[in-house]
Amino acid sequence: MTISKNKKIIKIINNKKFKDKIIQLSHGDGGIKTGELINNLLLKYFGNEILNKLEDSAVLNCSGKRIAYTTDSFVVNPIFFPGGDIGKLSICGTINDLVTTGCTPVAMSLSFILEEGFPVPDFEKILYSIKNTTSDAKLKIVTGDTKVVEKGSADKIFINTSGIGFLGNNIDISPCKIEVGDKIMINGGIAEHGTAILSSRKEFNFKTSLVSDCAPLSSLVNDMLSASKKIHALRDATRGGLASILFELARASETNINIYEDKIPVKKEVRGICEFLGLDPLYIANEGKMVVFVDRKDADKVLQAMKKNKYGKDSRIIGEVTKKGEGLIILITELGTKRILDLQYSEQLPRIC
Amino acid sequence: MKSNIKELVEYLNNNKPDHKINIMEVCGTHTMAISRYGLRQLIPESINLISGPGCPVCVTPAGDIDSIIEIAGKYEVSIFTFGDILRVPGSKSSLYNERSEGKDINICYSPADALDFAKNNPERKVIFIAIGFETTIPLTSVIIKRAYREKINNFYIYNTHKLIPEALELLLLDKEVEIDAFLCPGHVSAIIGSKPYNFIAEDYHIPCVISGFEPIDILESIATIIRQINKDISEVDIQYKRVVKEEGNPTAVKLIYEVFDKSDSVWRGLGNIPGSGLKLKKKFLKFDAKTYFPVKRFKSREPAGCECGDVLKGIKKPAECRLFSKICKPENPVGPCMVSSEGSCAAYYKYEKLKV
Repeated sequence: MTISKNKKIIKIINNKKFKDKIIQLSHGDGGIKTGELINNLLLKYFGNEILNKLEDSAVLNCSGKRIAYTTDSFVVNPIFFPGGDIGKLSICGTINDLVTTGCTPVAMSLSFILEEGFPVPDFEKILYSIKNTTSDAKLKIVTGDTKVVEKGSADKIFINTSGIGFLGNNIDISPCKIEVGDKIMINGGIAEHGTAILSSRKEFNFKTSLVSDCAPLSSLVNDMLSASKKIHALRDATRGGLASILFELARASETNINIYEDKIPVKKEVRGICEFLGLDPLYIANEGKMVVFVDRKDADKVLQAMKKNKYGKDSRIIGEVTKKGEGLIILITELGTKRILDLQYSEQLPRIC
Repeated sequence: MKSNIKELVEYLNNNKPDHKINIMEVCGTHTMAISRYGLRQLIPESINLISGPGCPVCVTPAGDIDSIIEIAGKYEVSIFTFGDILRVPGSKSSLYNERSEGKDINICYSPADALDFAKNNPERKVIFIAIGFETTIPLTSVIIKRAYREKINNFYIYNTHKLIPEALELLLLDKEVEIDAFLCPGHVSAIIGSKPYNFIAEDYHIPCVISGFEPIDILESIATIIRQINKDISEVDIQYKRVVKEEGNPTAVKLIYEVFDKSDSVWRGLGNIPGSGLKLKKKFLKFDAKTYFPVKRFKSREPAGCECGDVLKGIKKPAECRLFSKICKPENPVGPCMVSSEGSCAAYYKYEKLKV
């Protein structure tokens, strides 16, 4: 689930009691309200030593074997968008949550909630796309479920998934491994998923060639892990964008980070749409972007490995961990001025994933 | 740093005024750009950039939000609005909360979307919240004319449109407000041109520069202002020449006054400003939501402790408000300046909350 995932942030916003009387869209946008919902309501009932970590995937010990386990739901509107569809998105999202642990994904479940009247050709198009994505990522759908609800009770199709992966005993990737001096990298342009979804909504009528970056990143992570044993942290920069996950990781590792604005890849078209709509690309969702913290000595090696992978051609080093601290992210702007990146109240962009 | 920016920064440092000067950026988009690019870090301290009333959401008084909520509660209507206004707190609630409670409130990105909805759903009564300055008024005019032409009888606007130059004059007359120069809005000026600011330069001897939104545009405009101040002259200059012409866009201005007449308007923080608003001409009155959906006007109040009014006049910087970042935050905005993507409190919170 791509909800806000770090116990330290959750601590900051811990109000103890969940005060809201009704669920609003902001409870699902990955921002501060989502954090309150998880911490003050969900953890109250289900909190345990594994769930409390609020990582992208849980790591379980099963008779000496380590297994990564995750679940996710997909409600994107529109269901077909440039660069993907709800089917491809559901597979990529689940895989990318799994591989942040460094595991090899092996199997997934798939549940469909279908609205009465949903056209079968559309459903089949989605199934075809799921098949292609699972083959690309070399994993199987091993169990599933289908429910149909009355017209109006759901919007066309919702998908729920879960996924498991095997984790080698020598792999230990976690925010607490982050060290001063680590280089921070990303595998290409940011904010492409969010802006592609927005521009494909009929109310905008933008004509762009922009496509979502939606991609399964298991091979990319595998290539990184082959290049270096010193990968300290991985994070899938989905809802909340690059800035939000940097915030989470900096807080979790109690380090300060410098990020260089002119090093962050942003396509011209993405920048244009963001300017037009008053959005900051640093806070817009990605669905195929992995942020990597790696020991500085191995940074070039990992960067080269990333660039050779088809999902990492535009990989860049975008910053570094400067010192131990309270988790400040300092953005050095193109003009050389500095500003602090903070966790933001999310924009009004419902149902982008 | 790019060489042209470096030159401008050097120019400003070499020619900085020996006393503090206040330059008001009228437009919220300028406020955002200044904060986002950290331009205050580049310019000498004696050049004090202060934000003005140029964020349409911010200057919409709580009373308007209250009335819209009353209308949504009393009548069966579908309300269409730009997203920014949803979270602006009224006296008791916001449109965002009302939507969660089940009121039919929709976000749209163009007034034409609201009109199309009305046309395709003749059984529904559709109200578009018409908000904004000279930049967006022509768009409202276009749809009103279209609704009239196509005889769409279930479409209305809740009109809160406002005019910029009249508000600037009020600020100049306010003894509490100290302004040495205006950084004039780029988009509004693309419509009205540079002439409506002439009285500011001529009668009040205040330099005005119409600026673009890139860092280089803003720095260049500030340099022009400093040049004028050092020479002791006051002129209206257009830095944003690639978009703004001296005569503006006469077609768009004509459109505004084909549909609207000037009227008074209440601005949050500034009060009633004669001639700063617009009302629908008699011919188009049937599209006026305030006429067709009357509601009792109870006494609206601005949120306690909120200093948006002083922020909008440039008397206070956001961080000088007692509520700023303590109680008033983007997730829990007390005043509109924290809500809007063009609001100065939002800009400071987002980009300048902590000084590095």
